[in-house]
Amino acid sequence: MGEPILRVEHIKKYFDTPKGLLHAVDDLTFDVDKGRTLGLVGESGCGKSTTGRVILRLLEATDGQIHFNGKDVNKLNKKEMIELRKDMQIIFQDPFSSLNPRLSVSEIIAEPLIIHNIVKKSEIGKEVSRLMDVVGLAERLVNTYPHELDGGRRQRIGIARALALKPKFIVADEPVSALDVSIQAQILNLMQDLQEELDLTYLFITHDLSVVKHISDDIAVMYLGKIVEKASAKELFKNPLHPYTKALLSAIPVPSLTKKRDTILLKGEITSPINPKPGCRFAARCNYAMDRCFNEEPEFKMVEGQHEVACFLMDK
Amino acid sequence: MNSDVATKNNASTKTKSKKKRSQWSEVWRRLKQNKMAMAGLVILTILVLLAVFADVIADYDEVAIKQNAAVRLQGPSKDHWLGTDNLGRDIFARMIHGARISLMVGIVAVSIAILIGGTLGAIAGFYGGKVDNIIMRFMDVFLAIPSILLAIAIVGALGQNLFNLMLAIGVSSIPGFARIVRASVLTVKDQEFVEAARAIGATDTRIIIKHIIPNALAPVIVQGTLGVAGAILSTAGLSFIGLGVPKPRPEWGAMLSDGRQFLRNASHITTFPGLAIVITILALNLLGDGLRDALDPRLKQ
Repeated sequence: MGEPILRVEHIKKYFDTPKGLLHAVDDLTFDVDKGRTLGLVGESGCGKSTTGRVILRLLEATDGQIHFNGKDVNKLNKKEMIELRKDMQIIFQDPFSSLNPRLSVSEIIAEPLIIHNIVKKSEIGKEVSRLMDVVGLAERLVNTYPHELDGGRRQRIGIARALALKPKFIVADEPVSALDVSIQAQILNLMQDLQEELDLTYLFITHDLSVVKHISDDIAVMYLGKIVEKASAKELFKNPLHPYTKALLSAIPVPSLTKKRDTILLKGEITSPINPKPGCRFAARCNYAMDRCFNEEPEFKMVEGQHEVACFLMDK
Repeated sequence: MNSDVATKNNASTKTKSKKKRSQWSEVWRRLKQNKMAMAGLVILTILVLLAVFADVIADYDEVAIKQNAAVRLQGPSKDHWLGTDNLGRDIFARMIHGARISLMVGIVAVSIAILIGGTLGAIAGFYGGKVDNIIMRFMDVFLAIPSILLAIAIVGALGQNLFNLMLAIGVSSIPGFARIVRASVLTVKDQEFVEAARAIGATDTRIIIKHIIPNALAPVIVQGTLGVAGAILSTAGLSFIGLGVPKPRPEWGAMLSDGRQFLRNASHITTFPGLAIVITILALNLLGDGLRDALDPRLKQ
């Protein structure tokens, strides 16, 4: 285990809605070690993307602390924050809306270089070509516009823009879920190669379990604003402990005709994150729910080795 | 095809240091392909040239404002191309001299409105919340006052001269532009590329100028070209009550309203200035549409 580059402590993000307080992210605590990839999995609307944005301070946290490289991110002023953005970057989900349609490829990639004065003005063109080469974009595309390119190439532009500042940590917010399967593999491999070459740390947000298995060292499973289980990727897939994780993993299609799958079906729908009831968030849909689950909140704690779970079943 | 790509590549590496210029030359290239826009541009250029060289074409004192009762209310003829008005003045001469004022008032007033209204709208839309509320409620108060009344009040308070006239008409159309820009900024600001810009450390000013305004410009251009027509007509209204351009200096709107009483037997007095306004607006509209398309790289053929 390396030293943590990012330490998130009890972060909360609530949104004020007309119906009540929406608990998008509720008391998350986790570390991401340097050079590793933490996969953050969960279904739509569970607060994964919000978590990523809160860490980068694209959204202000309601409460909690984010330590990046020893700095308390939430306490930085505007100028220090802009400085810190060199070290933390984000790759967005939708390669169509994350690129300004009025800027050409070279202008998009050059923008971070210009803002932070990374290289001399005369060198910008050269640096842009280098970055395009790194992410595998042909040089002839330098003056094209995003709408002329396909999703995979556009996502490469987004990656090049993120890499331009030579960050140490990248939040990848579902970077492949808008892409075709064959392109997904290309982008994932590119991201892995870059991680090795540049010693990057990823927080990889996704709802796609096969993707997260492929790329992550550790995996945290989120349900309704809370992390319910966290372990190394291997351990989690081999030995899922939380009922929600079990159900999730049983839903992965198996490419075999003979093998019979026993999918665990979850009843009901995801509960509303607005003014949630006390107790375990998952209780209403859990096949093992006990009385206790509806009244008390299970503590997130270590069971066997590096495996953390929040479930009363573990107390037995 | 291959050599084509190669030359394009060469060109791009060469022009990289002067990217700003190449971007505008690209817009110009796209604008040139649009025949309607070029027609608009040609018409506007002719109008502007006529206005600039008005003194050469027809002397102001001798032709444009000199009254001659012997030739009053004549239709178009060899001596008076577009006829004469009720005081025997040559309408063509008055129109080209009037173009100076009408074009200037129209364009300057709309520029003032776009500049101030656009900035306020952009700030309101971008920051939202309290700032938005304060600015937009202030604009609502402005909207509640009929714009011609507001213009009258401004000219009345500041004194009657050409600059105050333009200012008055410009200020009275600020709320309209503020609303349009705000609405259009609201649709753009929630897109991911704005968040991306913030993530790479762009300041608010940079985000507004580089990312939001270029993507929110289209409706403003259309409204702006129409606004010029409104401004010319407002000038006419102000002239009518004696707060516009002092007589006998010609101006399209005033010529239009002066000719009104002779509409039945000398309709050419109103027809030609009216046509001039229509043609100006048409030309501006064509140019505006073309410009809007040329500025959008997505519409490249």
